[in-house]
Amino acid sequence: MLSLARIDAFYGRAHILAGVSLALAKGEVLALLGRNGAGKSTTLKTIIGLVPPASGEILFEGRRIDGLPPNRIAQLGIGWVPEDRRIFTDLTVTENLEVGRQPPREDTPAWTPERLFALFPNLAELRNRSGGRISGGEQQMLTIARTLMGNPKLVLLDEPSEGLAPKVVEQMAETILALKREGLAILLSEQNLHFARLVADRASIIEKGRIRYEGTMDALARDADVQREYLSA
Amino acid sequence: MEAFLANPEQALVQLLTGLAGASSLFLVASGLSIIFGVTRIVNFAHGSFYMLGAFIAYSALEHLPRTPLGFWGGVLAAALAVAAIGLVVELVLLRRIYRAPELFQLLATFGVVLVVQDIALAVWGAEDLLGPRAPGLRGAVTILGQPFPAYDLVLVFIGPAVLGLLMLLFHATRWGVLVRAATQDREMVQALGVNQAWLFTGVFALGSFLAGLGGALQVPREAASLHMDLAIIAEVFVVVVVGGLGSIPGAFLAALLIAVVHAFGIVIFPKITLALIFLVMAVVLVFRPYGLLGRPLAPQRASGDALAARGYGKSDYPGLGLAVIAALALLAFAGGDYALTVLTEILILALFAASLHFMMGPGGMASFGHAAYFGLGAYGAALLVKYWAAPMALGLLAAPLAAGFMGVVFGWFCVRLSGVYLAMLTLAFAQIVWSIAFQWVEVTGGDNGVLGVWPSEWAHAKEAYYLLALALCGASILLLRRMIFAPFGFALRAGRDSPLRAEATGIDLALVQRVAFSIAAAFAGLAGGLFAYATGSVFPTYISISRSVDALLMVLLGGVETLTGPVIGAALFVGLQEQLARATELWRLLLGLIIILLVLAFPQGIAGAAQRLVARRA
Repeated sequence: MLSLARIDAFYGRAHILAGVSLALAKGEVLALLGRNGAGKSTTLKTIIGLVPPASGEILFEGRRIDGLPPNRIAQLGIGWVPEDRRIFTDLTVTENLEVGRQPPREDTPAWTPERLFALFPNLAELRNRSGGRISGGEQQMLTIARTLMGNPKLVLLDEPSEGLAPKVVEQMAETILALKREGLAILLSEQNLHFARLVADRASIIEKGRIRYEGTMDALARDADVQREYLSA
Repeated sequence: MEAFLANPEQALVQLLTGLAGASSLFLVASGLSIIFGVTRIVNFAHGSFYMLGAFIAYSALEHLPRTPLGFWGGVLAAALAVAAIGLVVELVLLRRIYRAPELFQLLATFGVVLVVQDIALAVWGAEDLLGPRAPGLRGAVTILGQPFPAYDLVLVFIGPAVLGLLMLLFHATRWGVLVRAATQDREMVQALGVNQAWLFTGVFALGSFLAGLGGALQVPREAASLHMDLAIIAEVFVVVVVGGLGSIPGAFLAALLIAVVHAFGIVIFPKITLALIFLVMAVVLVFRPYGLLGRPLAPQRASGDALAARGYGKSDYPGLGLAVIAALALLAFAGGDYALTVLTEILILALFAASLHFMMGPGGMASFGHAAYFGLGAYGAALLVKYWAAPMALGLLAAPLAAGFMGVVFGWFCVRLSGVYLAMLTLAFAQIVWSIAFQWVEVTGGDNGVLGVWPSEWAHAKEAYYLLALALCGASILLLRRMIFAPFGFALRAGRDSPLRAEATGIDLALVQRVAFSIAAAFAGLAGGLFAYATGSVFPTYISISRSVDALLMVLLGGVETLTGPVIGAALFVGLQEQLARATELWRLLLGLIIILLVLAFPQGIAGAAQRLVARRA
């Protein structure tokens, strides 16, 4: 469904991604693991088009998307959930959802505010509250809900468990599994191996802009050496 | 004053007059605010759209039947025509430069100002045009026994009505919700699948429509003239700064406040109405730095290239500078009087531009009102000559002192803000200074200026004055350069690039910025003083918005990233203006087009582009 081949990306002169390749199948959850500053967020931003790759190729459903503007990429069915949530704080919860709304598309679930409020019951009670006046966990739910309003086939989730209370982290894991059951493909960037194990099928490890490890989640969970080398703080 | 209190009826009428004036002001200001919110472009051409609204309405009303339908239809048609013009400007020009630094965008919109000025002059002529009065509303109504123009009464209600419609638009339509979202974080909006380009175009057309409507509605009240554009833009900046950038209700409140202060000011303090408005602004900003309903601006995010830190080239060599100064000194004996006059002007403007560059480049504080300090210096010297017949040396000493002192005062307010807010505030302060020079006729001579400001005997000859200007400007520019590469300059740049980190390392950033602001003001003052003696006279136009923009132009033409930039920019600018003014009547049009083309071709400035070229070869 999605494949990245030899992606290079820069911020100004800083070389952030060096030859990153990834592949993701329909309905699959892939965890992109790595420490702070390894290039996880940039990988996701490169896919959604916010950081256009300097070289390399990105294919989505057989079509090249690198170089397209972010809105075109989003319209093709890729949804990006930023790490820092980027809720529109002046808009109500309902209005935040409205910004994300795109027409329904074939072979992917069509989301409505009502369906999303069923998935995130907390948000239902806050629908007229402004986005700046809800808790961090609620904002994290809202940013995912907002992206789902675009009826994506693939969701790029940037560190969804970061900074959340343990209780909410559990809820988040269940949400991701629910999305997987809906048939969505998910590319998840994570530092937290434990969280990734709850939801991901496969894992890739990135360090200093290069992919260092690829394997199933189970294989990684058994490989203490790899964990120590690339993931422990 | 007592008469006023004893007569509440008259006070009420005055209040209503204020409210009527507030409507147009609000329309124009809300348009600017909406455009800025989404595109982050300070649209200097907004005043031009206002002026076009008035002119087009004037022409439309000439041809339309003198009926209420004809009148209101004409006003609406004029506003729509201006919206269409705005649409074209956005599609042809702005759309190409959304990724350019914001000051270049500003420059491009100022290019539009110049183009529109000449087009308006060619189409409507230089005469002021007073339009027909609104049919059915020609007379006056009686309010508490006082007559009040019926048309003004309608205007009083138009402001709140438009406010209501705008609120409805922004809260009850998908388009409005998207605009509000984009005002906060347009990159996120785009990542959610919304085509920004069309959002921008729509917003720009709406903002232009509001400006055009504001202008068209003024036609029965005041004559349409070629000065409307810059006059309104200063007032609109005040409204937007006082109300809070991006807040439409804030713009409404501020327009009311300003218009009412204006209406009462005319009765109570007729001499200082303009200064009064800016005083109100200063008071509001002391208590609410981001305006009545505003908040600190979150910078629009951008990924990728824009994140790259800006370097500061040390590619200009002081030895080279001295060599250039020596070569220029030799010219004193080679050039004729005319050439020396032009060269002297270039030197003075180079210092003026370099002083602006000092706060803008290393300081990161752009000023839209740097002419204030130029003018303060010029008037400081000229008034000493006029009232105390002071010798030139004293005048040239007083010039930087006067400007520097006001730089300390104004800087205190400005440095509390940043970015566009700061820049708009500098423009507002410049307008205070301008209005004092213009209105305080007894002291400053008003529009007639101060004449007879001639240099001392020994510097009377063109060559001598040229050498004096060369010595003072050259030394000043080298001194500015020295400061940029001294610890003070590093602290200043640290503050520009990362305010929080700079403060964490123990830099008192506010102090550093205030000092830089005052230094820039003082050197601009010296340039102003030199200019006064060079031309023998001082006029309020020295403080006009166009002179402030000239300085910006020089800095940006040359490139903000090196100190050579403003010097080259000044030479280019003076040369360009001289040549154009000699070649054609339509020099503003041409200059505007050249600016626009330059921005499109070199979004990093000429020196910046040259530097990149060199860097690429290396």
